[in-house]
Amino acid sequence: MKAIIKREFNSYFTSPIGYIVLAAFFAFAGFYFYVTCLIANSSNLSYTFSNIFIITIFLIPILTMRVFSEEKKQKTDVVLFTSPVKLYSVVLGKFVASLSIFSICISINLLFAVIIAFFTQVNVASVLGNFLGLFLLSATLISIGIFLSSLTENQIISAISCIGVGLFILLFDTLSHIIQIKFISNIFSDLSFMSRYDNFTLGIINFSDVVFFLSVCAIFLFLTVRVFEKKRWD
Amino acid sequence: MIEVKNLCKKYADKIALNSVNFSVNKGEILGFLGPNGAGKTTTMNIITGYLSADEGTVTIDGAEIFENPIRAKSKIGYLPEIPPLYLDMPVYRYLEFIYELKRIKLNKKEHLYEICNLLDILDVKDRIIKNLSKGYKQRIGFAAALVGYPPVLILDEPTVGLDPKQITELREFIKKLGKNHTVILSSHILSEVQALCDRIVVINNGKIVADDTSKNLSENFSDKNKILVQIEGEKTKIRSLLSNIKGIKSVSMGKEVSEDIYEFTVNAGRDINIRKDIFDICAKNRFPILLMKLEETNLEDIFLQLTSDDANFAMNKGLQQKESTAKKYDKNEEAPK
Repeated sequence: MKAIIKREFNSYFTSPIGYIVLAAFFAFAGFYFYVTCLIANSSNLSYTFSNIFIITIFLIPILTMRVFSEEKKQKTDVVLFTSPVKLYSVVLGKFVASLSIFSICISINLLFAVIIAFFTQVNVASVLGNFLGLFLLSATLISIGIFLSSLTENQIISAISCIGVGLFILLFDTLSHIIQIKFISNIFSDLSFMSRYDNFTLGIINFSDVVFFLSVCAIFLFLTVRVFEKKRWD
Repeated sequence: MIEVKNLCKKYADKIALNSVNFSVNKGEILGFLGPNGAGKTTTMNIITGYLSADEGTVTIDGAEIFENPIRAKSKIGYLPEIPPLYLDMPVYRYLEFIYELKRIKLNKKEHLYEICNLLDILDVKDRIIKNLSKGYKQRIGFAAALVGYPPVLILDEPTVGLDPKQITELREFIKKLGKNHTVILSSHILSEVQALCDRIVVINNGKIVADDTSKNLSENFSDKNKILVQIEGEKTKIRSLLSNIKGIKSVSMGKEVSEDIYEFTVNAGRDINIRKDIFDICAKNRFPILLMKLEETNLEDIFLQLTSDDANFAMNKGLQQKESTAKKYDKNEEAPK
């Protein structure tokens, strides 16, 4: 798995993708930090984290679109699946590499906290809560992106479908309010990423929210493994 | 070293493999022949664990590929038809990745240097793979298959796209490898298979139709009653005389070798020796025989016979041959479900 993580991580920097994602994230996060903290004279980073949710939905598909679709297109998946490595190690290795890249992106928020600390007192618990929330959200979206990229050879289809799923997830909150049937409304409310993420941005680390993100993440990684298992049997 | 038993694989409604059985001994180079879509790559993909089989087993040095994939895969080096290369990586880093992926215990630096040296890719080891020629890419793929010196090498058309010099070099290299490794080599180039392989397996429509040495295949499939003769004299008369010999099925006229010397191909029924009759009748009519020889059947002819769908004879002969040469098959073959 170590070899896969290393190769996958380095591959982001042998193509422009890694640089683009990092630059775009830093630019948008910097903008929100400027608007919500520096201009507003606020030491509360929660608003910055809250706005980053939408950036995450658009940037993660760019990061994950090529993870398996490129392997399938270039037929390099043969190397992975004929080597003495377990299937879940391949999937996990790729997941960890993508998550590592995105962790570098979101770590900029910690720098924002350090900047604020020069001028005023920072609520460390709130910052760490926000960071954990963003990390879990990213991990979940990355697992969804990896799953979608395992379904197609085409990177564009992989990226667009991942953005589509991300935007649909954004609608869960709205749908839970619009839908009159209580049972369905409750389902959307329970599945809402936004409301669970908002808890973190408010500094509330709810155990059920953590379990929710970890579960969704595990489900999509499991499904990715199953996709390749199925491919072998087809 | 490799034991393939009763392998069956279906793609939707198409039967890709139908009870495929063969074995490869240690240190043997096995040629895997068959027309496009016959099931060669599917068989190789199953042996390497890339695909699963609907039925059957593949055992690599005692390790079953479906039950103990990690152990079995650690004994295999696979070079698919399209070398699986990460084009954005430098050569050496790619080989390092393969080394780490296969969890090789040998000294990394020395081992990779040795492999690069063997495949003659040291001069490009720091270059990005996508910028290299097809020949280099093929050799890098080969180097990747060799990382860790696995006892089993599976090579799917390793010389495709190479220039004649590279082909010769690679063939020599494969021949050398055959001394220490068990090799399965798939190729469309029959002369290559004939030159390199100790044994040949021919697959057609997902079934093994022949499994023997190149020499035995040639002997068993050559038509002992097809004779080429060059005779001096009047062509129509010679032809008519030859046609009248008892047991002759057909006489076809070949080229005119030189003035008044003609070539004929004479086909007789099986188990009839007509050479004496041809000699007698030509001597009696004073038509000197300048050349008489049995038409040799080359591997191409055998391949065409075996893979021709309507050549039931060939199929039967292939199967008879398999029995007569006492192959280590499991006789309990079942049709796929």
